[in-house]
Amino acid sequence: MNFQFPDIGPVIPELIMTAIALIVLLADLLIKKKEVLALFSIAGIAAVAYTLIGSSGVTFGGMFISDGYSTFFKLIFFVNVILSVLISIKYIVIEKVNFGEYYALILFSTTGMMIMASAADLIVLYLGLELMALSTYVLAGFIRHDIKSNEAALKYFLLGAFSTAFLLYGISMIYGLTGTTNIKAIALYISEKGLTGNLSLLLSVILFTVAFGFKIAAAPFHMWAPDVYEGAPTSITAFMSVGPKAAGFAVLGRVFMVAFVSVKVDWVAILIPISILTMGVGNIVALSQTNIKRMLAYSSIAHAGYALLGIICANNEGLASMMNYLMIYAFMNIGAFAVITMLRSEGFRGEDITDYEGLAKTHPLSAALMLIFMFSLTGIPPTAGFIGKLYIFMSAINAGYTWLVVIAVIFSAISAYFYLRIVMYMYMKEPKEVVTLTKSPSTGIALGVAAVAVLVIGIFPSFLVDLARAAIKGF
Amino acid sequence: MVPLNWYMLLSAAVFTIGVFGFLSRRNIIIMFMSIELMLNGVNISLISFSHYLQDMRGQILAFFVIAVAAAEAVIGLAIVIALFRNKATVHVDKINEMKG
Repeated sequence: MNFQFPDIGPVIPELIMTAIALIVLLADLLIKKKEVLALFSIAGIAAVAYTLIGSSGVTFGGMFISDGYSTFFKLIFFVNVILSVLISIKYIVIEKVNFGEYYALILFSTTGMMIMASAADLIVLYLGLELMALSTYVLAGFIRHDIKSNEAALKYFLLGAFSTAFLLYGISMIYGLTGTTNIKAIALYISEKGLTGNLSLLLSVILFTVAFGFKIAAAPFHMWAPDVYEGAPTSITAFMSVGPKAAGFAVLGRVFMVAFVSVKVDWVAILIPISILTMGVGNIVALSQTNIKRMLAYSSIAHAGYALLGIICANNEGLASMMNYLMIYAFMNIGAFAVITMLRSEGFRGEDITDYEGLAKTHPLSAALMLIFMFSLTGIPPTAGFIGKLYIFMSAINAGYTWLVVIAVIFSAISAYFYLRIVMYMYMKEPKEVVTLTKSPSTGIALGVAAVAVLVIGIFPSFLVDLARAAIKGF
Repeated sequence: MVPLNWYMLLSAAVFTIGVFGFLSRRNIIIMFMSIELMLNGVNISLISFSHYLQDMRGQILAFFVIAVAAAEAVIGLAIVIALFRNKATVHVDKINEMKG
């Protein structure tokens, strides 16, 4: 039997990431101080980020691809995982779930996201998606003694598994139609045979939209998001409001822009109403929320709507601004969640927005940081959120969707109400009760990195924008 | 020889029964079984396409689906048990700590 060993060059980052996750899982049995595992994970992720530089190419018979597009998304996942681990270290001690499996699961989930970003075949895409999703289900229910966390995990699990079944049905349709699962080969087959108006092709496009819509929490598939984000541990809410969403956008971009590029007209027509509905539901329902995690859940739905504009453009410029937006979103959103984890202390949940009353008087620095993140989420210059929105709206206008941008800007103006309400509570109200912040060096580092990134990208945006544009070349 | 269409209809029927069961039933375990039914509907279509096209990819994917469904069952049941310890119910309408 002739077996040729595949070239593992492009897949080295994923291999090392898996190895680190397994080492963390084993070391957990020997090491009593779980902080060591967190630091080891961060060092490991830094090493993986270093190996990312030399890993480009296609391997495993065209099933796995490492290009600029996937590398940029992997950077988003690394930012996400490092910041999430940093804010977790103290938080999971307070929640009394200081177990080593936590870090192993976060690393496995990130490996799944990396595989999704690099998937050049629908089978690999499915496996990466399941690796990411299964780890995240467990993480959402990690506080086993808290019924809210159990409920979040259950809802996430049921709806996640339901949406995956739709993805698989879409894959089987496209496989039956084209006889292949390779994303490039599917595109070739569709254009060669002129299947553009084929009904089963359209059905599979719809099934893919449903499945990815669940992952990125786009309306009308967003119903799970508020409950899951509220119930899950706050550090995990931060992790999964950025990671799985970015991974969902990565596969959405690759499948729709490569495999289904010849039915562009059809999927753009499906995505436009979804995007408008997502921005509408996210921004309007967020107005009436009193729990800050729930409010940020609706805000995260709204941000998925803005990022969808980048896909709707259906060109490389749109994809580049979508990637740029997701990177900025990672910094500002995890920064906001870092402040929320600091408010959580023994016997005090700190999730109600009235808990922020007068925070500027008692803790001026934390309030100032929260102010930066809230301004950035609203999209006020000179923060990064403004730059993200600016580029995404500009590429939508260049692609001829001026009316869509007008709608997005109106919703963006509405969003100022609920973001700036937090700022108003912090700066213009008297403190109701004394809030003790749970400070730790690691959370401090995460907050510092996020705040500096938000301001630096806001003032000097060209670096990140150029990086995204360079990454998209040759896509 | 059974024509491909019949398999397609069977697969679509099994999948639809799964979707309907998931949306109409309120018992977590039965909702869970409905998801398995949906996955098996997909497996039928994958394997019949694979046989029809004389291509192995479909069967490979079907094996992956079976393996992942087993992992999914483990995690799903573990979550149900964790929930059951805090609140003795498997009825989704009673699991309503969070609303809004």
